[in-house]
Amino acid sequence: MTGDRPALQLRQGPAATRILGVGSTQPDRVVTNDDLSEVMDTNDQWIRERVGIIERRFADKDELLVDMAVTAGAKALADAGTDPSEVDTVIVPNCTMPAPIPNAAGQVADRIGIKAAGAFDLNAACAGFCYGLGVASDLIRAGSAGKVLVIGAEKLTDVVDPQDRSTAIIFADGAGAALVGPSEQPGIGPVAWGSAGDLVDMIYMREHRYLFQEGQAVFRWATTQIAPIAMRAVELAGIQLSDVDVLIPHQANLRIVEAIAKRLRAKGAREDLVVADDIRYSGNTSSASIPIALDHMRAAGTVKSGDVVLLVGFGAGLSYAGQVIVCP
Amino acid sequence: MADKEEILSGLAEIVEEVAGVAQDDVSTEKSFVDDLDIDSLSMVEIAVQAEDKFGVKIPDDELANLKTVGDAVDYVAANSK
Repeated sequence: MTGDRPALQLRQGPAATRILGVGSTQPDRVVTNDDLSEVMDTNDQWIRERVGIIERRFADKDELLVDMAVTAGAKALADAGTDPSEVDTVIVPNCTMPAPIPNAAGQVADRIGIKAAGAFDLNAACAGFCYGLGVASDLIRAGSAGKVLVIGAEKLTDVVDPQDRSTAIIFADGAGAALVGPSEQPGIGPVAWGSAGDLVDMIYMREHRYLFQEGQAVFRWATTQIAPIAMRAVELAGIQLSDVDVLIPHQANLRIVEAIAKRLRAKGAREDLVVADDIRYSGNTSSASIPIALDHMRAAGTVKSGDVVLLVGFGAGLSYAGQVIVCP
Repeated sequence: MADKEEILSGLAEIVEEVAGVAQDDVSTEKSFVDDLDIDSLSMVEIAVQAEDKFGVKIPDDELANLKTVGDAVDYVAANSK
């Protein structure tokens, strides 16, 4: 068509993808509400009522985001029975690396044993895992990648003022990973994503140091605007809300989780819908919260292989993303 | 538009549903925080449901001024279409 210019060759991947394996890790150090009430004006009852958290995990000074990412990623590979040599791409959604350079993904891939991986970080804050899962699935479908390891990893204690009772009681550390690969049957539905940049001031880093959020405004946004995103993900997957067995929203605050579930039930989700409440013992781990919850729920048997699971993440940016998956 | 009696009874239904306070206890002189023991997040949920029910906008900065049930009834009566 353009004379002597050569036509570029394109690649085409498999039509469908699925999660092949899941893994997660949390620091050993358990921090209870009573522990926090010793360093700030708060108490166990207040925290349980406001955010639903009973305890959370804080990393020690020498346990880094990349360390947790390596552990979670390696566990996901083991869960899938996949050798690192079979993986070619690593995405690390996160927003709490100590510095913007270098990224986490390259070093994490190398330490797991994935050589010369395509590797990049992705910052969509607490929506990061769902963004990463959507990108991973589409990279494979387009033929750009074979198997992609997506690892949500955060060390939020690095960016939270330990004396600030509006944030220090909520945020915590950890990492969760999913290995994504080709599938005969679709196991990851289309991503429904978006942003609300006009509301950027609702969650930001104060003086580039400490995380700040307008709690009440975020609560209103999350409890009203996220259920429709989840419903959009269900619609894109071509199923009904009543087909969904398990709901795993970002574990921001148990009352937000419950409000989203309530809205979805009012729109047709089942009364026996299983709703993730992993925040109770994990706190809010931003981009890691969804894969950590999925991993814990699989281990506990509350999510079973083949279950239809609705994921939805939301947070700073503001950013949001959701998709339907089939539990591996 | 609904008169204040109707607004009060509609609001009482919402308060009961969100915060588990008996409808009979939701009277105009009561303070949401001090008398009905409703926290700031529940106030947001009440505001969102009141917006849907009465067709009003209750932004967070206005919400902060609604100390008593009577304040909320007056606000809805003045701002609903």
